[in-house]
Amino acid sequence: MAVSEAPSMQSPSTAGAPAGSAVWRIVRFTLTRFVALFITTVIGVYLTILIANMGGHVDEIRRATIREGLAMYVGMAQEYAHLTPVERRQLVEQLAEVEYKRLGLDQPFIVRSFRYLGNALILNLGRAEQMTSDSGSSQVRNIIMERLAPTLLLTATSFLLLFFVSIFAALALSRRYGSFLDRLSVALAPLSAAPSWFFGIFLILIFAAVLQWLPFGGMVDAPPPPTRLAYFLSLLKHLVLPVGAIVLSSIFIGIYSWRTFFLIYSSEDYVDMARAKGLPSGAIERRYILRPSMPYIVTSFALSLITLWGGSIILERVFNWPGLGRLFYQATQVFDTPIIVGNTIIYAYLLAITVFVLDFVYALVDPRVKVGSEGRSA
Amino acid sequence: MNWMRTNLKLLTSYPSALAGLVVILALVIMAVYAMVSMPLSEAINLWRAGEGIWQDTPRNAAPAWLNVFRREKLPVTQVYDTTQMPGSKTVESLGGGLKEIRVVFPVEYAYDGFPQEISVFTTAQFEQARPNLTMYWLTPDGREIPLGNETLRASESFRLSQDTRLSRRLRNQPAEIGLFADPGAPSPTVLKGTYQFVAEGIVFEDAADIDVKLVVYGQLHGLAGTDHRRRDIMVALLWGTPIALAMGFVAAVGATVSTMLIAAVGAWYGGWVDELIQRITEVHLILPILPILIMVGTLYNRSLVVIMGLFVLLSVFSGGIKTYRALFLQIKEAPYIEGARSYSASNMRIVFRYMVPRVLPVLIPQFVTLIPSFVFLEATLAVLGLGDPLLPTWGKVLWEAETNGALFNGHYYWVLAPSVLLLVTGLGFSMLGFTLDRVFNPRLRGL
Repeated sequence: MAVSEAPSMQSPSTAGAPAGSAVWRIVRFTLTRFVALFITTVIGVYLTILIANMGGHVDEIRRATIREGLAMYVGMAQEYAHLTPVERRQLVEQLAEVEYKRLGLDQPFIVRSFRYLGNALILNLGRAEQMTSDSGSSQVRNIIMERLAPTLLLTATSFLLLFFVSIFAALALSRRYGSFLDRLSVALAPLSAAPSWFFGIFLILIFAAVLQWLPFGGMVDAPPPPTRLAYFLSLLKHLVLPVGAIVLSSIFIGIYSWRTFFLIYSSEDYVDMARAKGLPSGAIERRYILRPSMPYIVTSFALSLITLWGGSIILERVFNWPGLGRLFYQATQVFDTPIIVGNTIIYAYLLAITVFVLDFVYALVDPRVKVGSEGRSA
Repeated sequence: MNWMRTNLKLLTSYPSALAGLVVILALVIMAVYAMVSMPLSEAINLWRAGEGIWQDTPRNAAPAWLNVFRREKLPVTQVYDTTQMPGSKTVESLGGGLKEIRVVFPVEYAYDGFPQEISVFTTAQFEQARPNLTMYWLTPDGREIPLGNETLRASESFRLSQDTRLSRRLRNQPAEIGLFADPGAPSPTVLKGTYQFVAEGIVFEDAADIDVKLVVYGQLHGLAGTDHRRRDIMVALLWGTPIALAMGFVAAVGATVSTMLIAAVGAWYGGWVDELIQRITEVHLILPILPILIMVGTLYNRSLVVIMGLFVLLSVFSGGIKTYRALFLQIKEAPYIEGARSYSASNMRIVFRYMVPRVLPVLIPQFVTLIPSFVFLEATLAVLGLGDPLLPTWGKVLWEAETNGALFNGHYYWVLAPSVLLLVTGLGFSMLGFTLDRVFNPRLRGL
């Protein structure tokens, strides 16, 4: 494995000389990854559209909406007041045909699915049927963008916390192999079988219902505090339980698997060699254990972030967090199809962006990419 | 067989594996008990039934075993029914077709808390003339409180707790407090002792009859309590067990086996097959599985079987393929595969008879750890309101508790019972899975 050479890649003499070509390689790697991921995203979004339209259900809904709107219009309009009900119905059908044609609903699904795909890719997600954004827009894009920030805040906070806490805890535990804390972490690892919302319910039970220290849910107090500082503090207060739930749900398995991973790595020969040289344990950990295992850590965290996106849907519902997940839930309650489909596409995008960013980070930390020997191998 | 025996012996030396096995065994026993004690159709009917069937149970009552830990004992429901207690009804003919029916229920009340509600249900059989019923309440200290005088229809229910005239007579206390309160005490306290419920009816026909049922609803009920629709939560908890186990097991088998087979095929054939599988795996990474499931559940069908089937289908190309592929690529180079090739074994034979058995040690722990994730997936969908429309499941209990503000209103038992079951199931399987992983993967055995 190339991993064992990793520490030597660190030394300035090798990394410094071909600096230009290393940058070029990273750029090339990034570009190829970007193109590959773009193609994957397109396929993913297309599959989503296919599933969303399974049995033409969405089109049925759209047709019905068009007919209903036209029936309303014909019924209200003065100039059609003299028509008999039969004539009126015929008129509605005629107008509906024109409207179907305008929207392309008369074309076969295969053709339309590609048009949907194009629209979805440029985030032209259509209009919501019933829901509106807080600013009053019924554009699905506006509704989703409004809810994106809270979701990003929640996910990013918990992800960063999870990443650093579990790595440092795992490093510390691998140093104290066999201690009480170490055995505790092994014993607690199965707890991660439960998803985050499940821990959320317990946290609400303990800290909101019984102890009444923290709010049951929401993002800020109602009414929102006037000053910026008070707003921030209120936000922080509301953030504690949902972030706690996410962290609780994955931290034990994270610590456990990284501790095992570090233990395996610290039994490598070059680590023994470094110890024999008398290097301080901090330096050994940083250079000889953490550095070569970094690519694997990044990949594994990419996967965990992907599950985090999905898990946040229910977590947001449990905590009434005004993000994408709760939007999704609300949309399912009122059967607002454009929002449901649009939201699914947004999730596909978020996943693609996650994978891309982490690929990029991967390129930064994986020495094999820097020297350009084998591009992606994880 | 031999390696299995040694591994099993190794397994039992781990306390967490033993604990996991015990939990799984307990769950299986519970599932079998559920299936033996009540057919699924009955459970579904009970769970979907309204107040007609759940007449004798209190609303939102906590589990009865809480009394063990309480100094002040709370009441459980007491039901007095003339059809069940033949001695409580006496019939006296007054001549001319007139009959007097006298019902006396001795109500033993030794609890410290007041009942939750008190109701009387009557059924009357008659042709033309509607019978008349006078009810009153005798307290242990000798007071007599009239409960009302009614002309009966075929079936009546008197919710005494909602009777405003009665509560005015009881110094503006609702019936469940006023009837049981000590009149001398400054704040409402229970007067313990034997009360008597007396109903005197007059029927005007020979064949006519009255049956009376008095229900003194307690604040506690059964092993698991009741929900907002008076249903015994135990029904769903019991039947939720076989459903959760079957679901987790079938879905986990489907997911692991299909993933492994695809990885095996890809690794064996290599070339464009392998490449295609690899690319599909990457697309899969980007597919938002849960949103798709929610979308399908909302727009098409929320039957558990359909959703789970779809989930298994969607997770065929999951990240697990990469792990298996790496393993298979190693195995592919093994000499015994070459041996199989040399006697011209077919491709399928090599994949199924030579390669797949080798990864079973990796597959089994993964499979066991996957089971709880499917159990939780059901609960996840249920909590989003996409639970199966028919089946009583743990997730649906949780969802109903959530939507009815169980935590906010302090009905903790309603949330705790299904979540503890979910947690115990999750822990049981994953403890076993973790240990299996350590036993089967010698590299981890020492750690």
